[in-house]
Amino acid sequence: MNLKLKDIVPQLITVIAVVLIFGFFTYNAQINMENRGIDFGYGFLSQESSFDVQFSLIEYDGSHSYFRAYLVGLLNTILVSVIGIIIATILGVIVGVARLSPNYLINKFAAFYVEFFRNIPLLLQIFFWYFAALRALPLPQDAEAIFGVFFLTIKGLYVPAFIWQNFSIFFYSLVAAVIAIIVIRIHAKKVQENQGKQIPVFFISLGLIFILPLLSFLIGGVKLSFEVPVLKQLATTSFIYEGGVSLPPELIALTLSLSLYTATFIAECVRAGIQGVGKGQKEAAASIGLTPNQVLKLVIMPQALRIIIPPTTNQYLNLTKNSSLAAAIAYPDLVLVFAGTALMQTGKAIEIVSITMFTYLTLSISISILMNWYNKRIAIQEK
Amino acid sequence: MFKYLKQLTSLVAMVAVLFTFTTESIAAKKSKTLKNTQKKGFVRCGVSQGLPGFSNADAAGNWTGVDVDVCRAVAAAVLGDANKVKFTPLSAKERFTALTSGEIDILSRNTTWTLSRDADIGLTFVGVNFYDGQGFMVRKSSGITSTGQFKDGISACTNIGTTTELNMRDFFNSKGIKYEPVAFEKADEVVAAYDAGRCDTYTTDKSGLAAQRTKMKNPDEHIVLPETISKEPLGPVVRQGDSVWEDIVRWSLNTMIEAEEYGITSANADMMKTSDNPAIKRLVGAEGELGAAFGLDNDWSLRIIKQVGNYGESYKRNIADTGILPDRGPNQLWTKGGILYVPPAR
Repeated sequence: MNLKLKDIVPQLITVIAVVLIFGFFTYNAQINMENRGIDFGYGFLSQESSFDVQFSLIEYDGSHSYFRAYLVGLLNTILVSVIGIIIATILGVIVGVARLSPNYLINKFAAFYVEFFRNIPLLLQIFFWYFAALRALPLPQDAEAIFGVFFLTIKGLYVPAFIWQNFSIFFYSLVAAVIAIIVIRIHAKKVQENQGKQIPVFFISLGLIFILPLLSFLIGGVKLSFEVPVLKQLATTSFIYEGGVSLPPELIALTLSLSLYTATFIAECVRAGIQGVGKGQKEAAASIGLTPNQVLKLVIMPQALRIIIPPTTNQYLNLTKNSSLAAAIAYPDLVLVFAGTALMQTGKAIEIVSITMFTYLTLSISISILMNWYNKRIAIQEK
Repeated sequence: MFKYLKQLTSLVAMVAVLFTFTTESIAAKKSKTLKNTQKKGFVRCGVSQGLPGFSNADAAGNWTGVDVDVCRAVAAAVLGDANKVKFTPLSAKERFTALTSGEIDILSRNTTWTLSRDADIGLTFVGVNFYDGQGFMVRKSSGITSTGQFKDGISACTNIGTTTELNMRDFFNSKGIKYEPVAFEKADEVVAAYDAGRCDTYTTDKSGLAAQRTKMKNPDEHIVLPETISKEPLGPVVRQGDSVWEDIVRWSLNTMIEAEEYGITSANADMMKTSDNPAIKRLVGAEGELGAAFGLDNDWSLRIIKQVGNYGESYKRNIADTGILPDRGPNQLWTKGGILYVPPAR
C-alpha cells in the first residue's frame, strides 16, 4: 500500500500541475481577449475568403471559403513534401553509396556535397535558389526551348500538357500490368522454393509494364497528344507562355532546396546503415557463391535498412516541417496561405495557429506511423 | 495631546489622499499603458521593416519617417524626449498580433484603416497620418501606361496579409482579367522578385510604390501607373480598451497637423507663446489646461512641436526632400486644397 502511494503521488502532482498551468493560460487568454473585444470561434472558416492564391491543386479563388483556402495550403504543403521526400531519398541513396565508393573522385565529390549542403542554413539555401536562380533565368521571350517543348523561364517551368483520349483504357492496362507482375513474383518465389529454379522476374516485369500500355495504344484506341506552351505577348516587353502546364519558380526553388538539403542527411543515414552491417556478412555471402548484386540485395540491404529507416523517418519529418519556410519565397503553402493571409484577413490568431499546429502534427504523425509500419515489416522476424 | 491624535491621523490621511490625487491624475491611473510607459521610460512602437519616408532605419539604426514621427511625438508628449522610443520592425503579418498581445503600444506602420480591423480584432485606429490609394508599378519598357492595357496572364507581386491582396482581386475581377498573384511575406522580397522580372507589375499603396522605387536597381526604369484602385487611409493604431492612451496618440498626431495649420514650427514654437491668437497659445501650452485631461503637464504639445516639428515639417523632411512624393496631393491641409482636417485642440 505504502509503495503504491509513493508511486502515485508524484504522478498525480505532475498531472495536476500540468492541468493548472494549461488552465491558467487558457483563462488568461480568455480574459485578455474579452478585454480587447476579440471573439473566439471557428465560424470564419465558412466565410468567403476574398483573396486569390497563385498556385492550387484544387479549384479555388477568392469566392471560396477560408476552409477551402486551408485545403489549398495543405495540399500545396503535401505536394512539396512528397516531391521533396522522393527526390531527397533517391539522391540520398546515390550519394550515400557514392561516399563508400573506392573511386577517389566520386567519393570526395559526395563527401564535399554532404558537408557543403548540410552546413548552410536551409533558409539561406532557399533564398539562394530562388533569387540567384531567378536572376540567372531568362525572360519568357528569351528562353530557349529544351527538346523543343520545355521552357525554363523566370516565370516558371512550362511543360507540355498531356491530352488523353480513352485514358481509362490506358489506366486499366497499367493496373493489369501491375497485377500480373505481383502474380509472377509470387509464382517465382514458389518455384524457387520448390525447385530451386530462378525465373528472371525483373526482366519479365520490365517487359510487362511496357508492353501492356503499348498494346493499349496500338489496339485499345488510346491516343496521347501534347499541348505545347506558346509564347503570348502581354505588353511590349512582357510575355508569358500559354497552354501546357506551368510550374512556378517558387515551387521549383523550394523543392530543390529542400531535397538537396535533406538528401545530405539521408546520405549519411544510408552510409551508416551500410557500414553498420558486419564485414563478415558480406564475406560469408560471397563464400556461398552469391554474385555481388545478390550480396547487396539479399544480405547487405535487408540488414542495412533496419539501421537506415528510423533516422530517415526523422529526416522525412524534418523536410515536411521545413517546407513551412516556403512563406519566405511566396510559395503558397499552409503557413503562407492559412497562417499568413487568412490569419491577417480574419485576425483569428489563436484559432488559425491552433489549426495549423494540429495539421502539422497530424502530417508528421501520419508519416511516423507509415514509416514505423515499414520498419516493423523489415525488422528481424524472431522465429 | 492624545485627545486629538485620532483627528490628527485622519487629517494626515486626508492630506495624503489629496496629495496622491494631485500627483497622479485620474487619467494616468486609468491608463495602464501610460503608467507602464512612464515606468519603462520609453514608448514601444511597431514600425515597418523598412519603407523609406514612412519608417526606415539608417545604417546606424536611427529610424526616420512620418510614421516614426508619430511615435516620437507621443514620446515627446509623455516622456519629454522624442528619442525615448523603442522601435520594433514588424511584417504585415505580425503587426496586429504584436499590438494585441502587448508587445508594442502603438502600431505606426502604414496600416490601412478598415471597418473589420477597427471593429473585429481588438484594435482602435486613432486617425490618419497619410491618405493613400493602391496603385500599380510596371517597367517603362513594357509600354504599359494605364491599367487598361493589362491582359490575361499578367503576374502581380505583392505582400501577404494586406488590404492590397483583397483590392487586387476586386480590381482584376471587375475587369475580367486572369492574373497570377505572387505574394511574399516581406516587402524586400517583393521588390527583389519584381526587380528580377518575376512579375509584370508590383502593386501596393502608391506611397509604398514611390518609396520602394527608390530601392530598385534602376529606379528610372519603372513607372507608377496613374490609376488608383482603392482608398487607403493610413494611420496609427492602438489596443482597444485604453481610451486615455488612445486619446494621447490621437491628439499627438492632431497636434502636429494643427500646428502646421497655425504656422507653428519647431523653430518658432517658443516665440508663439506670446501670440495674440488663443488657439496658438493653447497649442504651445501658454493658455488652458489641455494636458491635464490625459494626465500630462501643459507643455506636452509644445514639446511635440519643438522636438518633432509640425506635420508639414515631418512630411518635407521625410517624404518630399527624399524625392519620394514631392507633391503632397491629398495630404495637404484643408485650407490649402488637401483633406487634412483635424478637430480643434481646445
